[in-house]
Amino acid sequence: MTDITALHTALSRQRQREHRRWRFLLLFLMLIAGSLLLDVATGPSLLPLREVAATLLSPGEADAMTRAIVMDMRLPIALMALVVGAALGLGGAQMQTLLDNPLASPFTLGLAAAAGFGAALALISGGFGLPPLIAIPIGAFVCCMLAAGLLFGLALMQHVSSQTIILAGIALLFLFQSLLSLLQFLSSPELNQQIVFWLFGSLMRSTWDSLLITAVVTVACALLLYRDAWKLTCLRLGEARARSLGVDVTRLRLKTLVLVALMTATAISFVGIIGFIGLVAPHIARMLIGEDQRFLIPLSALCGACMLSVSSVLSKSIIPGALFPIGIVTAIIGVPFFIWLILGKGRKRA
Amino acid sequence: MLELDKLSLAIGKQSLVRELSLQLQPGQLHVIIGPNGTGKTSLLRALFGELPLQQGEIRFGGHALSRRHGASWRRQFGYMPQNTQLELELSVLEVVVLGRLDSLSMRLSDDDILAALSALQALGIAHLADRAMHSLSGGQRQMVLFAQVLLRDPQIMMLDEPVSALDLQHQLQLMEHLHHQTRAKNWVSLVVLHDLNLAAQFADRLIVLAGGTLQAFGPPAEVLDAGLIHRLYSVPVDIHRDRDGKPYIRTLRQASLCA
Repeated sequence: MTDITALHTALSRQRQREHRRWRFLLLFLMLIAGSLLLDVATGPSLLPLREVAATLLSPGEADAMTRAIVMDMRLPIALMALVVGAALGLGGAQMQTLLDNPLASPFTLGLAAAAGFGAALALISGGFGLPPLIAIPIGAFVCCMLAAGLLFGLALMQHVSSQTIILAGIALLFLFQSLLSLLQFLSSPELNQQIVFWLFGSLMRSTWDSLLITAVVTVACALLLYRDAWKLTCLRLGEARARSLGVDVTRLRLKTLVLVALMTATAISFVGIIGFIGLVAPHIARMLIGEDQRFLIPLSALCGACMLSVSSVLSKSIIPGALFPIGIVTAIIGVPFFIWLILGKGRKRA
Repeated sequence: MLELDKLSLAIGKQSLVRELSLQLQPGQLHVIIGPNGTGKTSLLRALFGELPLQQGEIRFGGHALSRRHGASWRRQFGYMPQNTQLELELSVLEVVVLGRLDSLSMRLSDDDILAALSALQALGIAHLADRAMHSLSGGQRQMVLFAQVLLRDPQIMMLDEPVSALDLQHQLQLMEHLHHQTRAKNWVSLVVLHDLNLAAQFADRLIVLAGGTLQAFGPPAEVLDAGLIHRLYSVPVDIHRDRDGKPYIRTLRQASLCA
């Protein structure tokens, strides 16, 4: 009898833990909503928050000027921050799961460097006859997937360990960085400036079209990753143990890598290189709710979205009227915060 | 019945197991013993379908292991590999419940959670349910992973050195539980142990491997003798009998080992 009582106490404790995680997800959704409002409100002309909210809720009733600023200019950029942040946060989380390494992110594996090289190539070659707004994302995406393809090949080989994949990724990082430097060395100062500007990363180029593409790819990849939530949790027990539980590790590794590459390549091609979020957002999510992937997948995405959105607000408001490149802001604000977090919080978990 | 028919295993050019034939009965606890590096772990991996067979065949319930049906073959197994590092931000309960990976839905059902908790309770470690894996000792982790493999509800139970980090009490607890469940659930149980006395005490059949070949197979009382053990480990021993007639082994000191 006492056994049964004890069982049910333990059951309700597990349920409480799950509820607590749901509350974290809800909290981040609210943070994101607030940050989105601020993001739309800030800019060359500051809009009152109430007016922004009213315009977003019923665009038909707002005056034409405000509606144009909110709906046509700022909203796609603000939403792009959320989508790209989510893609980078989730992509980083799965890279870390997959490679069993807390340092892994799309950047450590050279995917971003490859995208940078592709973008520079598109700029220098004059866009292969296409307008630069289309050619640059395509160049970045193609190069990024080429680099990822090499990693896919490695992941398919059964005897290749995660360590080997990381080493290959880091080698790719150096290769593409050098190729990029070579292009910069060969190009004119004007082109060089454009390349550097692209490398900083910027949300300002976002349009409703690029937002739509990024959002569709990100949501589709996230849903497909979520279907494997339990298997990915198993993977954290180590590859041998995951196999012993019936997980086809080679297949899972390849599938996850393909989805993460697609998601991050799409995001990077439109906004350029925004570092750090792919590394940090998953760590914050893990500290808050642990490694149950049913919760870690959504929370690392929400956490990434929140971070990039806040960075976007900050990049506009540190010096009023001036716009800092957002990639720089995420790192400068994020690094001290992150170090404080890993030193202070230690291993507290939900 | 789990049947191994002239099984040979190799990794690359290195031969691990040669022409091994065995018939393992349900409801019996089989213990594999043998010196380090004689292919015990490789044998378990091959049975699980993780290591390609160089030659021979493995059959269970009238079906032979083939590459194509790997997933359904593995579903019949509870397999606990040797201890690995587990620095995880997962609770004990969350780890145990993964034993039911094949049938988990996105929302954990009460049934899944209660099954995991019951397994922990049966092993006397229910108080650990909420603890984080990374905060446990090596022995506690091993007990947790045993609870996980119990949850798979297998027909064939394979444990690779399951007691290597356990204290005396938990060694006995795990082996007693395994012994009891093997009979109750009619498992084909297969365990790698290094402790010969524990093996002698609990095994229905001993499988003695050395150099990749079968040295002996049978009940401990018939198999274990001083000559065999000296051949396996180059260590002189005395073999005594306890009240139930089961053998127990006393190693003899050996000054020559210092040289």
